[in-house]
Amino acid sequence: MRLKAKISNFFTYILLIIISIVWLTPFVCLALQSFRSYILEPGGMVNYLLPKTFSLDSYKFLFSEECRFVQWYINTVVIAVFVTIISTMVVLCTSYVLSRMRFKGRRALMNLMLVLGMFPGFLTMICLYFLLKQWGLTQAGAIPGLILLGTACSAMGYYVCKGYFDTIPKSLDEAARIDGANRAQVFFIMLLPLSKPIVIYTALVAFMAPWCDYIMASYVAFGHSDSYNVAVAMQRWVWTGDYQGYFTRFCAGGMLVAIPITILFMCLQKYYVEGVTGGAVKG
Amino acid sequence: MNKEKKPSGIMSKLAGAGTAIANFFKWLGSDLKDIGATFVKGDWKTKISFLIMGFGSIMRGQLLRGAALLAIEVGYIYYFINFGWDYLKDITTLGTKGKGFNPDGTISYGDNSFLILLYGLLTIILFIVLLFVWRLNIRQNKDAEAALKAGKKLPTIKQDFMSLFDENFDKTLLALPVFGIFVFSVLPIIFMICVAFTNYDYNHQAPAKLFTWVGLENFKNLFSFAETGFGGTFVTVLIWTLVWAFFATFLNYFLGMGVAMLINKKGIKFKKMWRTILVMTIAVPQFVSLLYVGKMFAQDGLINGYLMKWGIIERALPFWTDPTWARVLVIILNLWVGIPYVMLVCTGLLMNIPADLYESARIDGANGWQMFRKITLPYMLFVTGPYLLTQFTGNLNNFNVIFLLNQGGPKSMDLIGGAGYTDLLVTWLYKMTFNDTNYKMTAVIGIMVFVVTAGISLVVYNILPSVKDEEGFQ
Repeated sequence: MRLKAKISNFFTYILLIIISIVWLTPFVCLALQSFRSYILEPGGMVNYLLPKTFSLDSYKFLFSEECRFVQWYINTVVIAVFVTIISTMVVLCTSYVLSRMRFKGRRALMNLMLVLGMFPGFLTMICLYFLLKQWGLTQAGAIPGLILLGTACSAMGYYVCKGYFDTIPKSLDEAARIDGANRAQVFFIMLLPLSKPIVIYTALVAFMAPWCDYIMASYVAFGHSDSYNVAVAMQRWVWTGDYQGYFTRFCAGGMLVAIPITILFMCLQKYYVEGVTGGAVKG
Repeated sequence: MNKEKKPSGIMSKLAGAGTAIANFFKWLGSDLKDIGATFVKGDWKTKISFLIMGFGSIMRGQLLRGAALLAIEVGYIYYFINFGWDYLKDITTLGTKGKGFNPDGTISYGDNSFLILLYGLLTIILFIVLLFVWRLNIRQNKDAEAALKAGKKLPTIKQDFMSLFDENFDKTLLALPVFGIFVFSVLPIIFMICVAFTNYDYNHQAPAKLFTWVGLENFKNLFSFAETGFGGTFVTVLIWTLVWAFFATFLNYFLGMGVAMLINKKGIKFKKMWRTILVMTIAVPQFVSLLYVGKMFAQDGLINGYLMKWGIIERALPFWTDPTWARVLVIILNLWVGIPYVMLVCTGLLMNIPADLYESARIDGANGWQMFRKITLPYMLFVTGPYLLTQFTGNLNNFNVIFLLNQGGPKSMDLIGGAGYTDLLVTWLYKMTFNDTNYKMTAVIGIMVFVVTAGISLVVYNILPSVKDEEGFQ
């Protein structure tokens, strides 16, 4: 019996190792290719992985005068930080109200958000663009425009957070209210400190979204390269005709984006898992 | 367990919708009656409030409420006269005066159909909001009168203000979020639904050209299988979208569960490390990881490069250029980003299954596969039913994976609107907005996506065991 268990564990380890290799290979390739010089060894995805000479040319290019990478990076960080702060507050407020308070139109509001969520997000792209344009929030003003777009409808992502609030017993609220606290105090002083995991989860998800936002960002900042975020700027290096020449620079930029985000994510992984699991079970 | 047997499925939903409509009219009737009764029984302050909102509140000393109501009315009238009416009056034609030259030779831009439709709708929506506020204003008067008659005091300004942090805290917190949703979601969606009934496309670009209402023309076009009709492409894309969503959901689900079980297995060490490795694909922004992986499988990509170098193949494999290869490949590559999510979800749940269930099964002589089929799987399906549904609808609209991997390619002359063989409805919709500026068909496709998503959600939601029977498995 013990031998059988050992054999089966052995195969499990082998499987897990294979899975891990498959999962990590693309990242290793990405890292290795970012160290290939685009001057000495040009070409897109050449058919070897280890660069013949280790070089930081691609990284140097990103920080050189001719490339606005730093500007794009700052743009993205600014958007991400503002979106995180505002949309986390919006989600928390909405979730609190929907979880704790009963008012006329509550059901209707929840159904409305459910129905709105079934329309594809990019359907309204053109309309949103013209709305922003009316207020001067496109091209040169794309960054505040994107912050606005990123936060305006964030209330619709209340499900996970509301589910978490629902698990905190209401008797706590009632006890506090008997002691003379009003609803605002119950929310800010009592409920929020109890909800640290879900606050972090909400903020983390909100923070990661702008880094991937290619569609709206490219539409809103169209043709104005000072307002690009990293995704918009870097996809041009892969999708345009000169992909061969720029590929290693894409890899280098990708590394600079991926490393900080991955580290942040890994530090907060515990909270992320909690949010994902909780959200899935409650539906 | 005491279960009420309800009529299940779509029929009950339809019946539900019927009662909802009936209830709405019942409510409307009683509401109108209430408004009438308030007018007849009310004093002169209440009566004037029917015209001048907030009048009664101000006269009764509730200055804050009265001023707010009055400000809303004045604001709307100001908006309507100075702005709203200019657009609303043309909404039936969407503008008649095209771009041209004034008699003095300068360019006259004429009407802008886009803004007429947008602001016309805004004016209508704001009017509906005004109606609600007006109703609120009447109820205020009624309540105030009743309170005064009963000898109670009306709340003071300070009490009104403080109530915004207590019993009316919901209004304080929801004001901004709901406003945001109305401006950036409800208004644009209504606008796009209207666009589906116009001829707004590359030949009718605002502001240079006008567009106008065309009725059901675009929907006819969508279901037309003639040479230039969208029918053939629509059916191809729709079927692929459903096939994709099915495989993307269930393959991810079962393989993800499998991986979770491997990691959870007794005696396996470094559980945390395995999980962290898998979670890498969630952590790295998809536009980096998916763009890179997409390129790996390109004609001149790493995979083809190595296979040729090792002499396994002679010519590059058509990963992204052959429709079938591309379709299979996106499903497989989606596993790479999809499995970790399922693994995270399942890990927690698997540990929740009571261990004694397995213990007694083992005593009864069940083997591993039987235990999985009889214990693990039913439990997991029951608990994660709603999750599977959201995954499925999420995959119907899984823009990133398809678009970043190969932009929906390979394209084909057989498909209209720039569609490729791995295009989902959403990526096709995006292409039509961005490349073809064919807004009318974009709007039609968008409505179709909604119909498909809503239809599937409704049907599946009604057959889910965990919805029907909340007590089971506890």
